[in-house]
Amino acid sequence: MQLLQVEAGKLVRVKNFTGGAGMEHKLRQLGLLPGDTARVLRYAPLGGPVLIEVGGRSIALGRGIASKVEVEDAACDSL
Amino acid sequence: MRFALVGQPNCGKSTLFNQIAGYRAETGNFSGTTTTFTVSKIRVLGRVVELVDLPGTYSLAGTNPAEQVTFRYLDEQPVDVIINVLDASHLEQGLHLTLELMELGIPLVVAANMMDELSRMGIHLDGEKLQNLLGVPVLPLVASKNRGIRNLFVTALNTAEDGTTPPRLPYSDEIETVIQDLAQAIDRQVASLRPEGVAIKLLEGETNLLKRVQAKLPEIQRNIEQANHQILDDYGQSAIWVFSTERHQRAKQLTGQVISQTERRRTTRDRLDDILLDPLWGYAALVVIMWVFFQGVYWVGRLIEEPLMAAFNGFANQVSIWLAGYGLLSEVLVGVIQGIAGGVAIVLPYLIPFLLGLSFLEDIGYLPRLAFLMDALMTRIGLHGKAIVPFILGYGCNVPAVMSTRILEDRRDRFLAATLATLVPCAARLSVVFGLVAFYLGPMLALAIYLFNLLVIALTGRFLSRLLPEDTPGMILEMPVYRLPSLKNLFHKTWFRAREFVFEAWPLLIAGSVVLALLQYFNLARYVNALVLPVTWLLGLPAEVGVPLIFGVLRKELSLVMLHQALGVSDFSLALTPVQMITFTVFVVFYVPCLATLAVLRRELGTRDMLLIAALTVVIALLAALFARGVAVMFY
Repeated sequence: MQLLQVEAGKLVRVKNFTGGAGMEHKLRQLGLLPGDTARVLRYAPLGGPVLIEVGGRSIALGRGIASKVEVEDAACDSL
Repeated sequence: MRFALVGQPNCGKSTLFNQIAGYRAETGNFSGTTTTFTVSKIRVLGRVVELVDLPGTYSLAGTNPAEQVTFRYLDEQPVDVIINVLDASHLEQGLHLTLELMELGIPLVVAANMMDELSRMGIHLDGEKLQNLLGVPVLPLVASKNRGIRNLFVTALNTAEDGTTPPRLPYSDEIETVIQDLAQAIDRQVASLRPEGVAIKLLEGETNLLKRVQAKLPEIQRNIEQANHQILDDYGQSAIWVFSTERHQRAKQLTGQVISQTERRRTTRDRLDDILLDPLWGYAALVVIMWVFFQGVYWVGRLIEEPLMAAFNGFANQVSIWLAGYGLLSEVLVGVIQGIAGGVAIVLPYLIPFLLGLSFLEDIGYLPRLAFLMDALMTRIGLHGKAIVPFILGYGCNVPAVMSTRILEDRRDRFLAATLATLVPCAARLSVVFGLVAFYLGPMLALAIYLFNLLVIALTGRFLSRLLPEDTPGMILEMPVYRLPSLKNLFHKTWFRAREFVFEAWPLLIAGSVVLALLQYFNLARYVNALVLPVTWLLGLPAEVGVPLIFGVLRKELSLVMLHQALGVSDFSLALTPVQMITFTVFVVFYVPCLATLAVLRRELGTRDMLLIAALTVVIALLAALFARGVAVMFY
């Protein structure tokens, strides 16, 4: 599923990125890589960005970006 | 002897630089605010050392110009030791860059900054163990409180003198073989960096380095292609992702070994976000914060401006009395004084408090939150959240607003944000709105003009973003933790930005004033008015308004003064109908930004885009003024 479809508060694992090399590069730089566990913190209203926590930092991703991050449930083996 | 400061954004690197170097650096919570590097001479144990502050970067494989500066500098300039500042409270992330730096083969010292924050969060870092695992000196630092700085620089000096190169932590076997093979082909003469380090950067696709190596080893391209092929075979993905993934895992593993965490405490700062990013309270807080911000700036501004301008006007009058017999000379001199006064009247009362307030919001960490809250709105006009900064700055002065578009990665975004920011009425244009519309027709109408301005900006944004389709899918922005800013940093940053105005815009203001003085002296107004007749006729304005309009480009805040002179009245209601007042004001708000802004637009975007933006604003101003006239006619 897309990161965008995850409810706030849930823990997910990143599977892969589908938004091209430029986007993947920036996300990796901020410490978000395939295999990482991330928590969705909150959504900004009116189609605003989603805030996630990964490796102890918060990153805001616009909806366009968040829809290009494939994730899976990480609830069973959290952290 | 040369030390280079390297670190990720928000690691406190510039704070460290400011603590020891003084006036030349600025720090920022937005990544990439220091696009050029800054140098200062310092003294360590009696030795003079050149300290270079390189732009904050998440990794050496940079995508934006600010990031590329760092690797290029390390590659091309001799550096005796790298001081790698990392935020110890985000160790894992910081180690990515450390691991990359260790590969270069330049002596390295790691400064684990923000140790105070770490203990506040209930985390313990075993620095000694990290030092042993990495094989480079690791020193504790609290740059903001001036703790650990001396020790750090003494160790850096010793490391530089010994010239001990850091070890390189190996990757997995398959890719190591490829690295070694490629490194064989590159010997020491080709680059000053360690051959393996060069090999890794070449595999990652570093283009500047490739050009340099290729100049001496033309056949290297084939080796690289072969190596990349091998990696793709072994790992199923390109080298750059393999390196990034393996560094990531190594950083995680190292962090796990040296960090022991008692239960992560939810700090008051976490709770602050519950309010400031809340769908309801967040926006309420935003309105309050912005209101306080602008009220504060204008309160300070009014306090300073009146006595200041009175003093200058008195002085200018004196000069014209003294030089009464000298005609031209006296006019030019009064023009120069007015130009200086105009600059002082903008810089001291408005720009400085404005920049100080903005630096405070930036350093405390509120600007990224603002970007988060405003992203949805900004997306609708074709930009994203980060572009809110040029807009806010625009209400103070368009010059720093256009400069601040540098924080955007995309050229298309920079163009769009700069165009829209020049439509934001700056403090100078505010004086026209207040002096004409608010004074004669009431404050509600002035407010209406402001809202109308926002509407036009939104429409222009939508229109332009149709023409310039976006190629980036949106915002990726780190949300730093809230931090109390240090006064020293605030003043440095404010000075840094005000300096740009002082040296770029002020000389143009003075030149503009002189041109105006000459125009008056030689009585050229008639010709100018004839030239602008098509516009004034179209807008239903008196022909005399031509001069204030044309020369308003030189100094927008003088538009009203010139209007007084051109119409020959001190009470505008005697010469202009309410409709004319509204039309004139709307036109002044939108058309061509002032000369100083044009100069900055040219520097940031080039001559072609500058002319394009100027032409566009004239079209927008005409349409908006015609519309305003049409509406106003219905009411008056």
